[in-house]
Amino acid sequence: MSIIDTIRSAIAALAANKLRSSLTMLGIIIGVSAVITLMAVGQGSQKGVTERIRGLGSNLLFIRPGQSQASDVQSAVYGGQALTLVDEDAYAINDPEQFPYVEGVAPQVDFEARLIAGGENTTTTVIGTTPGYQYVRDFYVGKGQFISEDDIARKGLVAVLGDRVAETLFGDRDPIGKSVRLAVGPATMALTFNFRVIGVMEPKGATAIGDEDDLMFIPLPTMQARIPFLRHPQGLSNVFQISVKVSSRGDFDRAEREISALLRERHNVDKDDFVILTQSDVANLEAAETEISQTLWAAMAAIAGISLVVGGIGIMNIMLVSVTERIREIGIRKAMGARQSDILMQFLVEALMVTMAGGAIGVILGVTLSTLADGRTILEQSVQAEVSLVAVILAFGVSAVIGLFFGIYPAYNASRLNPIEALHHE
Amino acid sequence: MVKLTDITKVYLAGDVPVPALRGINLGIQEGEFLAIMGPSGSGKSTLLNILGCLDKPTSGTYELDGLEVSALDEGHLAVIRNRKVGFVFQSFNLLRRLPAVEQVELPLLYRAVSNRRDRALQALSDLGLADRVTHRPPQLSGGEQQRVGIARCLVTNPSLILADEPTGALDTATGHEIMRIFQRLNGERRITIVVVTHEREIAAYAHRIVHLQDGQIVSDEPNSSPERSPGGDGGSEASTA
Repeated sequence: MSIIDTIRSAIAALAANKLRSSLTMLGIIIGVSAVITLMAVGQGSQKGVTERIRGLGSNLLFIRPGQSQASDVQSAVYGGQALTLVDEDAYAINDPEQFPYVEGVAPQVDFEARLIAGGENTTTTVIGTTPGYQYVRDFYVGKGQFISEDDIARKGLVAVLGDRVAETLFGDRDPIGKSVRLAVGPATMALTFNFRVIGVMEPKGATAIGDEDDLMFIPLPTMQARIPFLRHPQGLSNVFQISVKVSSRGDFDRAEREISALLRERHNVDKDDFVILTQSDVANLEAAETEISQTLWAAMAAIAGISLVVGGIGIMNIMLVSVTERIREIGIRKAMGARQSDILMQFLVEALMVTMAGGAIGVILGVTLSTLADGRTILEQSVQAEVSLVAVILAFGVSAVIGLFFGIYPAYNASRLNPIEALHHE
Repeated sequence: MVKLTDITKVYLAGDVPVPALRGINLGIQEGEFLAIMGPSGSGKSTLLNILGCLDKPTSGTYELDGLEVSALDEGHLAVIRNRKVGFVFQSFNLLRRLPAVEQVELPLLYRAVSNRRDRALQALSDLGLADRVTHRPPQLSGGEQQRVGIARCLVTNPSLILADEPTGALDTATGHEIMRIFQRLNGERRITIVVVTHEREIAAYAHRIVHLQDGQIVSDEPNSSPERSPGGDGGSEASTA
């Protein structure tokens, strides 16, 4: 029997039992679409991590205040810690003669504040920093200008808005030259200052340290002059983080060693009261955090895989029933000259048609679901979904293999039937 | 064209061997019209199944068109069934869901032919079913269903037609109509026909009648006056064998 005739007769047999065929298919459809969707979400979260790490900039060291255990990276990043770093530390590191490999230094202080402009208001992170920030973080102003040395010297009340902040406060209007009111502290006794907008940052998106479009930049000395708790006991100004850009990855070890020595000397301590993180340290932390959710998605994809197997068992069940129902047909076909291989192929192709049609519908459904889920917030997690060709081929291939695996036993049974007994079967 | 030598067939009922055929020697010439008669359990269906290569003898040899088929495996037997033999069944054995034309095409599916549809339509019209080609079995009368069954076996141009109680499910008039079709195929196309029946008036159409009892041939006689009435109620005119 030619393969075309076999396929045609399989379609006819399946069409004769439409409800049964579609219910059988449903198991595969659900399994395949779930596997594709969950794999897409897993893939998406992986891609999101990679993008956010890349978004940090390149060849960066982050110096943060922290206790002496350099291994305790976690507390350095998230825990509350003594403010041991001052702006003078940053300026000392930015010394081309002592540290020729340092390409740029950006100290920063950040805090949450409310911004009011016109009728709109929003809560955002305000970062006090220096002009070096743009180059160090590879994050530039898109419109207007960034904080200048002049603004630093004058402790000017000027602000550069993140792309989304600008849109929230000003919509389509041009924010440059407009006034923004900044409020810190509890609403009843907040300190408020008026800043003049001098620039808007280019859109950047989320990186490993958060959503970088939801920020506002002001000159570091302005912040230190206005916010009392940032002042150091010796009259110096604390900073929360110093970002250092070095010329190449190969300089990381040397930079870490020499900068540590400098800071120990400046702070006059034996044990480090700061922590130096490389970009990959930050990336690892981020990765560890997302690993949990990725493991979760992988586990869910595995469960979906189990449902695919259950669907396969359903197919085997139905095929066994179908063979039993059609014993007489098998006898007739054998009497007409069908060989065992013809009967085997007939039932195998029927099983394959069910699983592959189910697989194809499942792929379409899975891709649709992934597209719908992409960019939405589900269970308080923002979901990124990326359907990969591998996932599609895998899910479809697995469904075909399942058809083959679970179809072969009923088909083999059918092919081995004794033609005389089959012909007289009632 | 058929030569059976010392054919025996033993079935196992549980562990107990039950002999169905006990030393059958039978030769059938090309173009013969043979009836096999005998009571239930005499082994006539078993004999027909062996002739049709659906079953293998326990011992003995079976030559069909000079080919020793008792030694062939299942795959080769399937080819023989497809090429040389046509079956007609008591219960028609049509596939419920297929239209007549696809029923007739069925044996051609298992061999490589290109003009399947044309040959099936031709076979149907040979049997006067040209206006029934799209009908499915439930829409056809018993006689029409059996004629579809005959068309299905004719479409392969078999050298041997084996009919197992072909009139058993039909009324007398229709039964004779079917037998006259066999008579015509035998007379016009020289197709060898073997009919198993337990009805004398059906066997009366054959040129030779073999009686079976307890798995052995008890008589093998030519029918000197085969049924010759091409119309009317043949049932009342059955001749004695």
